[in-house]
Amino acid sequence: MSFLTISHLKKSFGATTVVHDFNLNIEKGEFVSFLGPSGCGKTTVLRMVAGFETPTSGKISIGGQDVVNLKPNQRNIGMVFQAYALFPNMTVAQNVAFGLKVAKKPQAEINATVHEMLSLIKLDHLADRYPYQLSGGQQQRVALARALATKPQVLLLDEPLSALDAKIRVSLREEIRAIQRKLGITTIFVTHDQEEALSISDRIVVMYEGKAEQVGAPFEIYNQPSSRFVASFVGTLNTLDATVRDAAAGIIAIDGKDVMIGQKITNHKVGDKISLAVRPEAVSLGEATDKRETTLDGKINSVHFLGSVIRIRASLGENTVSFDTFNNPSAPPPSPGENVKVSLAAKDMLLLGQ
Amino acid sequence: MKTNRFWSWIALAFGIIYFVVPLIGTLEFSLRMRRGVYSFDAYWVILSDPRFQATFGYSIVMALVTIIVGIVLVVPTAYWVRLRLPGWRPFLEFITLLPLVIPAIVVVFGYIRLYNTSSFLPLTGSAMGTNLLLVFGYTMLALPYMYRAVDTGLGAIDIRTMTEAAESLGASRLKIMWSVILPNVLVAVLSGAFLTFAIVIGEFTMAALLNRPAFGPFLQLIGANRAYEPAALAVISFAITWVCMGLIQVVTRLNKSLAATKR
Amino acid sequence: MSAVSEQDVSSPAPPAAPIANERKRLSLDWLGVMPFIIFAVLFLIWPTIYLIAGAFQDSQGNLTLTNIVNLFQPSIMDAYWISIKISLASAILGAAIGFCVAAAVTLGGLPAWIRSPLMTFSGVASNFAGVPLAFAFLATLGRTGLVTTFLYNVFGFNLYGHGFNLLSFWGLTITYLYFQIPLMILIITPALDGLKKEWKEAALILGATGPQYWRMVAFPILWPALLGTILLLFANSFGAIATAYALTGSSLSIVPIVLFAQIRGDVLQDPHLGYALAFGMIVITGVSNGIYIWMRARSERWLK
Repeated sequence: MSFLTISHLKKSFGATTVVHDFNLNIEKGEFVSFLGPSGCGKTTVLRMVAGFETPTSGKISIGGQDVVNLKPNQRNIGMVFQAYALFPNMTVAQNVAFGLKVAKKPQAEINATVHEMLSLIKLDHLADRYPYQLSGGQQQRVALARALATKPQVLLLDEPLSALDAKIRVSLREEIRAIQRKLGITTIFVTHDQEEALSISDRIVVMYEGKAEQVGAPFEIYNQPSSRFVASFVGTLNTLDATVRDAAAGIIAIDGKDVMIGQKITNHKVGDKISLAVRPEAVSLGEATDKRETTLDGKINSVHFLGSVIRIRASLGENTVSFDTFNNPSAPPPSPGENVKVSLAAKDMLLLGQ
Repeated sequence: MKTNRFWSWIALAFGIIYFVVPLIGTLEFSLRMRRGVYSFDAYWVILSDPRFQATFGYSIVMALVTIIVGIVLVVPTAYWVRLRLPGWRPFLEFITLLPLVIPAIVVVFGYIRLYNTSSFLPLTGSAMGTNLLLVFGYTMLALPYMYRAVDTGLGAIDIRTMTEAAESLGASRLKIMWSVILPNVLVAVLSGAFLTFAIVIGEFTMAALLNRPAFGPFLQLIGANRAYEPAALAVISFAITWVCMGLIQVVTRLNKSLAATKR
Repeated sequence: MSAVSEQDVSSPAPPAAPIANERKRLSLDWLGVMPFIIFAVLFLIWPTIYLIAGAFQDSQGNLTLTNIVNLFQPSIMDAYWISIKISLASAILGAAIGFCVAAAVTLGGLPAWIRSPLMTFSGVASNFAGVPLAFAFLATLGRTGLVTTFLYNVFGFNLYGHGFNLLSFWGLTITYLYFQIPLMILIITPALDGLKKEWKEAALILGATGPQYWRMVAFPILWPALLGTILLLFANSFGAIATAYALTGSSLSIVPIVLFAQIRGDVLQDPHLGYALAFGMIVITGVSNGIYIWMRARSERWLK
């Protein structure tokens, strides 16, 4: 049995159900992200694990123990909040010591643990500062140390980085992941930022309208999205409308032009409208150079010069695709309005479940 | 959670009882003048008392003059400090808080000693001069509220840009003050004005010590000599305070809904 | 507080760049606030300083401490003592009750619509002071007041027979509470709103119980605001005279009433002792307001 088990979890506020039949097993030491837009229910699930919300139905067990009826202060869980939530009347060291103090640990042990935690987040030198004297990134590291000081079974991170600057966000997420690995603590990380989730998770749960749309490793989620929502939410994926021409041979028509996708089309018959997902990496400018690629006529909508790469948006008939090319100092990029050839790699196209 | 809410209701109920019972008590008492039945006799007696009419009228005039003096004094100052002298703000705030620190009775004691007939500014020498002194005293009493309201109002709008825009269109300072700044802080000014009115209308200490025929000393006089009329007066006073506070709410809300429709 | 020069004023403020520029041009901007400053000096600061100076002078204008020493006669000390007692009692009780009501409305899970009328009502009640307040309590708790007769008629309980008197320490305290409680509600509600929900959740998830959260986090955070507000309430009732005068005439000798009588020329016969009396009041209200302002700055820094 898994370390943390969530089964058939449901939560309704009055008539609206915000979490429908949510199931998830998390192994000990695993780092799992809940990814989804705001209002998808990811925070509600997290708060039910923490004990701040009571499930309408369903079970949550940690280490084999059913925790649904336990109060938050009986669950031995660590939590980091979006808005830091450090106690403003206490110094950094007192904040970190709080959980140990209410647990009535001996003073010597408290001091040792506080010291250990502060060196873990590399803020020993700020032990006597007050929260208002710290930067946002420092405050969030203290919040992490405070959550870890009681040696919780599970660590919950509720959008801990979204109040921070972009640069600190990247360095702190790596630090969080490094500390998590070092301590081997089971962690749930809630975020709406797909890059964040992809870069640090063992597994990602993509959530949409109170349901888990897909659960998988970052590589899987990114490369094999199981639904149109996952495809569009994770990565800058292009979705194309197409018509089935020959289901058995895997031929479809995009903008009136036949394209081999190299796989059988089940579930659909000739003439059906379907959706395809194409990663930016599978689209390139110019005639196809490979038999497995298809050339389409396109028109440039916009060109954004981003430095080492150039992001281009082009329309292919009724569809619009966005893709990147590398900067080439000797070949200037196309300009908007220009008619170009665009090639698609057939093998990288994904059929999306309707 | 359930017990928590129970105690909350208890606390609220206690608060409500504390505030409502004296009001009911006063109202009931004010109706008891005619033996055996409830009547409005006490109110008729008060309202038809010429001293009531005279003192109440006097206090209303005092309140209105105080409001005007307060606006003329506070609005340009708060505006100027925000625009040109931001470093002076803590100092100005400190001064405007002083009337809360120095009791009114002390200030008026100072007036009596300082502006008596033998001084360089013999304000207490004539009735008009004493009236003026009383108005200035009231302006001081209302200063913390007036200044705070106006300063907050000014903080909510971008006075620098507005001033520069008006200047670039060739408006004079006075014109900017009157037609650009004042309308934009009107709600704040009105809130301050209603509060000033509520404070001044029944003020006792200053009026009594300066020997002016104001409503506050009249209240005290009636209280010392009559039984039921004071209760009627208390009800009237409470109603006046309530109306002033209600008007503050009304102008604030009106302004909010106006701002919402503009958007 | 003496004549204030420009340097005095701007030195504690952060050296903002625009000010430095203005200074270089030797601007006359400061003239713009002169009407206000002159007004404040004439009708607030100078009269006060005049009294303070008078407290340290004899009738010939020589420097002396006699007036201050004379304050320490039993009748005046008693007046200060009863004033302090009434102000403290009404401030502490007002703060405690006001805090409970404000906490019930902000944190106690009561319906949200209660809040707005309560705040409006508190605004009204906190300004309902002076002579009419005394009338209201006479009509309620006086010898023939509504509550007094109600208790006697329904429960056979004789309030005055059991030693209660509205014209006494407790009577005045109860009356003052009528504006102290709402004032507390008005001031403390924003501070209670400043308590973040996450603080409670963070404390709970770290293993603390509800009472532990209140003792270790919420109260220490609110403490400066609470203590500061108590001092404000204290100063508020210490300087008040109208209610007490209308309620008790001059039978209850609190400091403002003694001073009132002195100004009217009824007693003491020594204007300089009156100055000393006023000086004592300023010291007491000044110190308590000063601590209030300091405490508030401290709590605002935390709650930012």
